[in-house]
Amino acid sequence: MVAVAHDESSYAPPAEVGEEELYHPKTFLGKYIWSQDAKIIGIQYAVTALAVGLVALALSGIMRLQLAFPNSFAFITPSNYLQFVTMHGLIMVVYLLTALFLGGFGNYLIPLMIGARDMAFPILNMLSYWTYLLAVVLLMATFFVPGGATGAGWTLYPPQAILQGTPGAGWGITLTLVSLGIFIIGFTMGGMNYVVTVLQLRTRGMTLMRLPLTIWGIFMATILALLAFPALFVSAIMMLMDHTLGTSFFVPAVVSRGQHLDFNGGSPILFQHLFWFFGHPEVYIVALPAFGIVSDLISTHARKNIFGYRMMVWAIVAIGGLSFVVWAHHMFVSGMNPYFGFFFATTTLIIAIPTAMKVYNWTVTLWRGDIHFTVPMLFSIGFIFTFLNGGLSGLFLGNVPVDLPLSHTLFVVAHFHMVMAVSPVLVLFGAIYHWYPKITGRMLDDTMGKVHFWITFVGAYCIFFPMHYLGYLGVPRRYYAMENTGFIPESAYALNVGITVAALIVGAVQLLFLYNLVWSYFKGKPSGSNPWRATTLEWQTEHTPPHHGNFGEALPVVYRWAYDYSVPGAKEDFIPQNQPPASAGTGGGGTSR
Amino acid sequence: MTSLFVLTAIMAVAVFWLLRQTVHVKPWVEDGPHKVVPPQASFSVPPVKVGLGVFLAVATSLFALMISAYFVRMMVGDWNSLVFPSVLWLNTGLLILSDVAMRSARRAARGADTERVRNALMAAGVCSFAFLVGQVWAWQQLNASGYFATADGAGAVAASPANAFFYLFTALHGLHLLGGLWVWGRTTAKVWGGVELARVRLSVELCTLYWHYLLLVWLVLFALLTPAVSELCRGRLF
Repeated sequence: MVAVAHDESSYAPPAEVGEEELYHPKTFLGKYIWSQDAKIIGIQYAVTALAVGLVALALSGIMRLQLAFPNSFAFITPSNYLQFVTMHGLIMVVYLLTALFLGGFGNYLIPLMIGARDMAFPILNMLSYWTYLLAVVLLMATFFVPGGATGAGWTLYPPQAILQGTPGAGWGITLTLVSLGIFIIGFTMGGMNYVVTVLQLRTRGMTLMRLPLTIWGIFMATILALLAFPALFVSAIMMLMDHTLGTSFFVPAVVSRGQHLDFNGGSPILFQHLFWFFGHPEVYIVALPAFGIVSDLISTHARKNIFGYRMMVWAIVAIGGLSFVVWAHHMFVSGMNPYFGFFFATTTLIIAIPTAMKVYNWTVTLWRGDIHFTVPMLFSIGFIFTFLNGGLSGLFLGNVPVDLPLSHTLFVVAHFHMVMAVSPVLVLFGAIYHWYPKITGRMLDDTMGKVHFWITFVGAYCIFFPMHYLGYLGVPRRYYAMENTGFIPESAYALNVGITVAALIVGAVQLLFLYNLVWSYFKGKPSGSNPWRATTLEWQTEHTPPHHGNFGEALPVVYRWAYDYSVPGAKEDFIPQNQPPASAGTGGGGTSR
Repeated sequence: MTSLFVLTAIMAVAVFWLLRQTVHVKPWVEDGPHKVVPPQASFSVPPVKVGLGVFLAVATSLFALMISAYFVRMMVGDWNSLVFPSVLWLNTGLLILSDVAMRSARRAARGADTERVRNALMAAGVCSFAFLVGQVWAWQQLNASGYFATADGAGAVAASPANAFFYLFTALHGLHLLGGLWVWGRTTAKVWGGVELARVRLSVELCTLYWHYLLLVWLVLFALLTPAVSELCRGRLF
């Protein structure tokens, strides 16, 4: 390697986009409530999402109680049960996972990791959060309106979603649709920010191929969301028109309670197409940020560069593209032309290729790494297990003839909870343990973290693994109770009790996690600026937590990719992205690896 | 299917761009110093312009999905073509005029002719508002002749899904135009307030782009709604 004089200008030509002007708040309200700082907005998103997630967690506990001990709780009527199922799904998928990954981590991490001072459009960013909050408030309000929340299932299929007889068919469904529409408007404002910020505000030297995979995952997921959410938006508006104006987009001629309704000719299948055109990419909107984050966690805590970085990037892009052409595999039971079924089954199975590439690369990254069993690492390894598990059962369900008998059973519940509920949530926990020190300046308590991990991970297996078996037996999902059902053996009821006990324990241990969040904020061990000895830019800030504007006087200049761990010959086992190449003699790995 | 084609097109552009950026790059190899910080980290266009581009992609997805829904709903037996409000022809003319005026504002802004920017912007705004008024009038025409969107139990004649789509299309297109007019209002106010032309040039530029886009969308929607074309689609497609 040639020795080079450290003349800053030889590395860093002037940025083409000038530094943005920052908004400087003067009051407490301006700083923490109506904040335009992406970090504060990220925390606002995260706290709101976690709060609403707690509601959904409580709902799942109630559902489990009913399934294990039917007829024991007076307050769980069949209608309530359906409402709880619906709200649990809607909240978890849209209002918790999407909002926490993209709104929370996206806002906090994008500017810091790409070396920007803030998002491209801070005012729009602020509006995005407040719009999201309004959507959450409206959704929560449906619990208290006449008729209660909608019980149509999170997929909201018409005609039952808007006809009398379904719980919440009046106010409940109306407010839910409005809330979804508002959520999408808010998300679009935020999503434009994330995309433009990643494209335009990267610091000098941060090429696309030097971006940490976390950013790649969030970036691609945002693009998916921006293109897929309009499908939900259109279907929400059209269903709202069917419901309030009496149009017939989705509702065919119906006889309800002996009366001919005024609907005519609408197509429920049309709704299903629109819904799943959003619904399937939604799985990857949740999964891609998790893929990205877990790649960084594994690389950092195994002190080893991520295996196959370029392949990882292209796998993310390929999964994103493919996710738009598989939606009808959710509709095999609705009936379709066999050629369509063949097409969608094939595309579904093809997705397994880039996904498996990622799993291999994570495993190979761990292989002979200097693995530190920190709490984030434990959650990352847990994720590989649950994700692989859920992915394999997905291969079963992607085949039409296997899907048909299993579709309405607990097998599907087990599958999607493994692959898109437990897996991303494990990554979320790992990410919170990983970045909490940067956000607060204190470490989360390690012992509480390990207890939290083991109970959550083993508990999740106790909940969802037996569910595959129950589904295989034919135990149906969405049912309030299964009395006098001949084909379901006694042992299935016993298993249901076991699952519920596990679920309640897992639910309770999340309170320990919340306690840890609060306790560590005041009493946690001070973390210093880079406790994990990580390479990415957010750990190289002048202050921890980073001040408004993220970096000090000058923005960092990036000289290398994000994965220079255990470089042969280097002094430390990590080289930060903003460390200039060493001149001859001081090491720094001048050869290709 | 329409939306799939549109999405494929959007994706193809993105993937092609990504390929050029990434495929030959080996980030794990430490390059010579001249390559350590490649100069082109970003596009050399303002972030707002990229932002508008992203928004137009979102809007395209929205309209394409609505048009797909329109095609699917056409298949059902109860379909009747829209009773076409004739005022739509006039409205289309107005929107074209406003687009032409926007264009002329952009040209004037590039040539630093403040007077013409002012007049052209005003003309564009007036024509756009006239277009919106015309659209509401079209709603009135339909409503007056008993073609409200719904099947109100009394008259079966009112039940027409094509009308429902007409209301949906025009409402969403109108809302997008209103959003554009808000930006137009801020820009025009600045120009009339005597702000330096260089500081509004970008806004005028973006408005022009947005007006082009909305005109294009309207022309597609307009064509699809005309009875001749919708009958043709129905015959051809199904």
